[in-house]
Order: sequence, then C-alpha cells, then structure tokens
Amino acid sequence: MDLGLSETQQMLKNSARAFLEQECPHSLVRAMEQDQKGYPPELWKSMVDLGWTGLAFPEKYGGTEGSFLDLAVLIEEMGRALVPGPFFSTVVMGGLTILEAGSDAQKAEHLPRICQGEETLTMAVTEPSATFAPGGIQVEARKDGGDYVINGTKLFVPDAQTADVIIVAARTSQGANAEDGVTCFIVPASTQGVSIVPLDTMASDKQAEVSFSNVKVPAGAVLGEVDKGWPIVDRAIQRGAAAKCVEMLGGAGAVLEMTVEYAKQRVQFGRPIGSFQAVQHHCANIATYAESSRYMAYQAAWSLSEGLPAAREVSMAKAWVSEAYRKACLLAHQSHGAIGFTQEHDLQLFTRRARVAELAYGDPKFHRELVAESIGI
Amino acid sequence: MDFRLSTEDEAFRAELRQFLQDEMPADWLGASRNPDNEDWGFTLQLRKKLAQKGWLTMHWPHEYGGQGAPQIKSTLFADEVSYASAPGRDIFGVRMLAPTLMIHGTEDQKKEYLPPIARGEVQWCQGYSEPGSGSDLASLQTSAVSDGDDYIINGSKIWTSMAHRADWIFMLARTDPGAPKHRGISFVLVNMNTPGVTVRPILNMTGGHEFNQVFFDDVRVPKSNRVGEENRGWYVAVTLLDFERSGVDYSACARRLVDDTADYASKTGTNGGAPAGGSWVRNALTDCYIEAEACRLLAYRVAWMQEHGMMPNMEASMSKVMGSETLNRTASTCLEVLDLYGVLKPGDSRAPMKGRVPEQWMNSFSGTIAAGTSEVQRNIIATRGLGLPRG
Repeated sequence: MDLGLSETQQMLKNSARAFLEQECPHSLVRAMEQDQKGYPPELWKSMVDLGWTGLAFPEKYGGTEGSFLDLAVLIEEMGRALVPGPFFSTVVMGGLTILEAGSDAQKAEHLPRICQGEETLTMAVTEPSATFAPGGIQVEARKDGGDYVINGTKLFVPDAQTADVIIVAARTSQGANAEDGVTCFIVPASTQGVSIVPLDTMASDKQAEVSFSNVKVPAGAVLGEVDKGWPIVDRAIQRGAAAKCVEMLGGAGAVLEMTVEYAKQRVQFGRPIGSFQAVQHHCANIATYAESSRYMAYQAAWSLSEGLPAAREVSMAKAWVSEAYRKACLLAHQSHGAIGFTQEHDLQLFTRRARVAELAYGDPKFHRELVAESIGI
Repeated sequence: MDFRLSTEDEAFRAELRQFLQDEMPADWLGASRNPDNEDWGFTLQLRKKLAQKGWLTMHWPHEYGGQGAPQIKSTLFADEVSYASAPGRDIFGVRMLAPTLMIHGTEDQKKEYLPPIARGEVQWCQGYSEPGSGSDLASLQTSAVSDGDDYIINGSKIWTSMAHRADWIFMLARTDPGAPKHRGISFVLVNMNTPGVTVRPILNMTGGHEFNQVFFDDVRVPKSNRVGEENRGWYVAVTLLDFERSGVDYSACARRLVDDTADYASKTGTNGGAPAGGSWVRNALTDCYIEAEACRLLAYRVAWMQEHGMMPNMEASMSKVMGSETLNRTASTCLEVLDLYGVLKPGDSRAPMKGRVPEQWMNSFSGTIAAGTSEVQRNIIATRGLGLPRG
C-alpha cells in the first residue's frame, strides 16, 4: 500500500499549480463565465504546449504515455484553479474513450489532433430524462444502407458548443435489457442536422442541448461494436465520475485554504474569528471532508488507472466526494458570513460549481444504488 | 499510489482470518465491553495465542521481541480482529505503554515491563482522567509527593477502563503543584496490588462494567517507577497519545454492523414494513458502508504516514473523529433498520442479531468521548493542523 504521489506526479502537481496560479486567476474564471466560447484560446494553447492534452496518450499519437492517475493529479490542480474550457470533455470523455474503444483508424485520426490541441471533443450521454442509466439512452440511430441516421435530443452535454467532435450514445435496437442495443458514434459537430443550443446553468459552465435531426453518419463513425456500446459508455462514465471527484477535491482544497485564511484575518470582538471554537470546528470539518475525499477519489482513479474492476470504488467516491464537497462549501459560507454570499467574493465560484459537479456523471443517490448492487445489499 | 495490500499482507490476512474462524466460539456475542469471568478468561487465552503467533506485538522493533512489522500490517491486524469482533488485542499495554517505554523508559524499565506485555500476560490500565479533569487533563490534581526514594500518591482517577482486571496502571500525577500546569506532572507506573489502591466499579449505560474509579490513599511507589524526568510527564503522555489514534477499529466495527444488518434484513425483511430490498434500507445501509470505507482509508493513511516516518497529528485526529462519529451513526441507522426489534437486548429470545445492535449503539457513545472528545479532536485539527489561533 502506498498512499503518496510519485516524484514525477509531485513535480507535475507543483508545476501545474504554479502555472495555473499565474495563467488562470479568478479574474479570468469570472470573465469566462460571461464569454460565449467559455475559455481563452491562449490558455488552451499554453496547456497544450505543456503537454497536458497529450499526457494520458501513447507516444505514437503524440502523447507522453502518462497514466490515468497522472491525469488525475493534473485534474485535481485544474479543479483547484477552476480552469475553464473543454479539457475534461476532450481528454477524459472524448480522447480516453476513443483510445479504449476506437479502431486503429479512429485513433489515428483523433488522438494526434487531441494531443496537438487541434480538436476538442465531448460525449453526449444524457437526454431530457436526465439519467446516466442505460435506459436513458433513447436517441435513435437507424441503419440506412451503409449509413446511420440519428434522431433525437441529448441534454446537459458539457462543452458541446465548442466541440469539434461529439461522441453520441444512441439506441440502435430495443431489447429486454436496456444495456443491449446501445451504439456509440463519433459525430463531427459540423454534420448537417446537428444543432446546439446552450443551457444557462448555475455555474455558467457550458452545457448544451444537442439535437439530431436526420443526422447521417457513415458506418465508419461507429465506435466499438453496433448494439454493444453500453460498456463503452459505462467505462466513460466511470472515468468521468472519478476524474470529477479529483476535480472536486481540488476545489475543496482551495475552499479550505480560503476559509482558514479568512478565519485568521477577520477580527471580531477584538480577536480573529478563527480563534473561536465554533469557527475552528467548521474549518476542522472542511479539512476532514477534503481529506476523506482525497483517498476515496484517488482510490477510484487508481483502480481505473490499473485496469482493475472499479465500479464499487468509483461509485463510492462519487457518492462521498460530491456530498463532502457540498458540505465543505456550506461550512465555508457559514465561516465567511455575508461576504461569502456576494458575487465579488471568490467562494461562490466554487460553491456553484460544486453543485453542478455533484450532479455530473451520476449524483450521490445514483451511485449509492450502484454501490448497493456491487456489494449485494 | 497503490491501494492494494502486498502479497505478503494478503497471505497474512488469510491466515489471520482462518485463525479467528477456528478460535472464535460460534455463539460469541462480540468483543463485549462487559466481559464476565468466563469471557474474560477467553480474552486472556486468545491474547496469549495471539502473542504466541507473534501478532500481538508484531509492529514492535526486533530488539524488543517484535518483528518490526510495517505499520500497515499492524493496522490490518487491528482491522481484521475488530471486524471479527474478537477480543484479545491489548491496547493499553501493547499499543500505548510499550511504545512510550521504548522512547522514554530506562533500560531496566524496558527489561522489566516489555516482555510480559509481549507475552500477553499482564493487563495494564490508564490513569489519566480525574473527576475534575477531563478534556482539561493537564489540570489534574492527584499528587505524588517525594519521600526519599519513593513517591506518596494521593487522589483518584476516573473512567479507568478495565482497572478491575488490571495488574498495573500507568498514571499521571502532580509532582510540582507550584509549576505551570503542564510542567508539574510526572508519569508513574503503579502496581494495582500496592496497599492504598482501591477500585470502585462504574457501570455504563449498557449496564456494562468497563469503567472504574481508582482511589489512591498514601500509595507508596518507588521513584524508579517514574517514566521520563520528574515534572516532564505531560510530554511523555503526549507522545503516547499519538500511538492510539489510527482509529481503524471504528470503521471495522461499522463495516461489520452494516454487513450483518444487511444480511439480516435481506433474510427477514424489516418488521412489517418495507422488505429488505426496500429503497430506504438499501440507501441508508449503503450510505453507512461508503462512510465506513472513507474512514477506513483515513485510518490506513495514518498508518501509512507512520510507516514512512511522518508523525500523524491532525491526520490521526481526523481519523478518530470521523471514525467514532461514523460508528455512532452507523449503529443508529442499523437500529432503525431493525425497527421495533432494534431495542431488544442480548439475551432476549426475540432479539435479532443477538441484540448486538442496541448494545453497539449505546457503546458507540464512548468513542466520541474517550481518548479526546470529538470537540478536542477538532480543536487539534484547527490549531495544530490548520494553524488557526488558539482561543
């Protein structure tokens, strides 16, 4: 058992933190909430130049052969800095899914472009029924000669507006088992019949409704096998949930530091409020939420990274970290008093994102149910 | 990172599980906090067997008869034994006093006291709290007055677990009443058979006898029984506190409760209400399961730090506060799952799970108090860990 980071992971963490403190200040995060695109191309380019988009891909595609765990270390830092943009969607949901399930041709087409930062991706799973369960996939893909024709609506698709490519989980057949009959397609966002309407979310993140109206794609767009796409989606959701956990962990760490700092400086009754036990205990609880989240999140990321069965670990982590981060934010607000409730204060940047992250890739209720299944309760 | 056990630890765990399965009576009610004479006899018997296996003190250094086992292996041992509800582990001697003696004891003290602890032959108890000194331990008033080569001890200790079974007590007593409160205390070892030592039982709310009050009336103890320098006992004791806080026991007990309650509920359904698969029961038990797993990782993190020469401080407090509170919540949830049956005590013929759930729920109240209350632990996290100013 080894619960520490390797030397190279620690270096990656340190350099990412230093870079993001410089290049991704909260002023930028705020500005991007109002920006239609949602991220500055210069920041994206810098991240690409640092090799971040290629971190988790094989060398032959232009990557640096890092592991999912290495990527998790980086994403924790991105969560801490609230990095705007399509990194998560492109690398975790798009790139790693193609790496795992794609044909040689698909990998050769997309992965070098991801590593070079020339292509952004997203994965469209959820629909108006708003569930990550297989039964929720009802967008239809009908075979039409050598092609497929896709119809229906995907909802809550992250970063769809700026994505060049959308991986779409669609239904190619209806069976007794909802897991059968799902097929994944790699669809260029520019394909005729794809329309994207942004959603106005609490975190001002860039989710969208993606509608497919007789969208014709060739058979070569199928990712994996026809009708057998659910395991691909399931694994992608697992990676998404685990990566979201480390992202939340990064945020929780920042919230803790912000709150401790405030408690040391804010003076009432002639002394720093951090000397009052009521406030100390809020801070202690935030720290405990953050630290328990750390090992739950990394256990999940490590399990995936090692290629071990990870359903239980991922679902435990997503259920635990989501709630822990939310509770940490609530205590942070309580400690900050009125100023934390204002738009000018940075705390709210985290709180709004915490709530959105809690729901992404399955909320605690959803994942508790999966844990119950995996342990036979 | 690697969350796996090593192959060697896996093998050890398998051997330990088999041992516990072989040794534990089928009708064992769990490591009750209220062992009658027969249960206590079994506890001592099992402790000696654990000692013979070399497991009781495997984390001790070789020079003291241990195996120098990595901390994680020793935490794994605690995890498994607690999950099995098996008695026999020795907290006061093996895990608290012995490491303190290794750091602060004289060669003679080490030679005299460590071997019987390692053989599982001696029961120690801890004399810290006093009627007027709980969380504010350093305000303690029991006095040890110098008289030639001896101290004469007067005063009383309270909440002294297992004092009625103990051969020896390690205690804190005031040797300099004029000094600032932390700087006038000494750490002393006292044989419980010394004239002037009396033990009064205190029953806890389960009806169990774990606590005692121990009275000292002109108890004469040689100064050679002092550990560390005179008036430096507080600092000897503080070292000791860091040895008892990995806190894996809490999560192990919570996991066992969840597993047994889930098993019971799936076979019987709850009382007239939703069947075992009912969504409330599933959700509530799974919630406890996840929380216990989070606690377990925090406990192993403490062990991992110790194994790598880092001194866990805030981390141990986090593990303790979260573990003990999780066990309390878990026991409460399990009781709720059993519905009206949840209140039936051990011995009642209709009691599900041998009445262990209400027993554990009541007992779990001690976890958030003993060895530093949850509030004190949070103070430690805030001040020592996060650097907040002291109040």
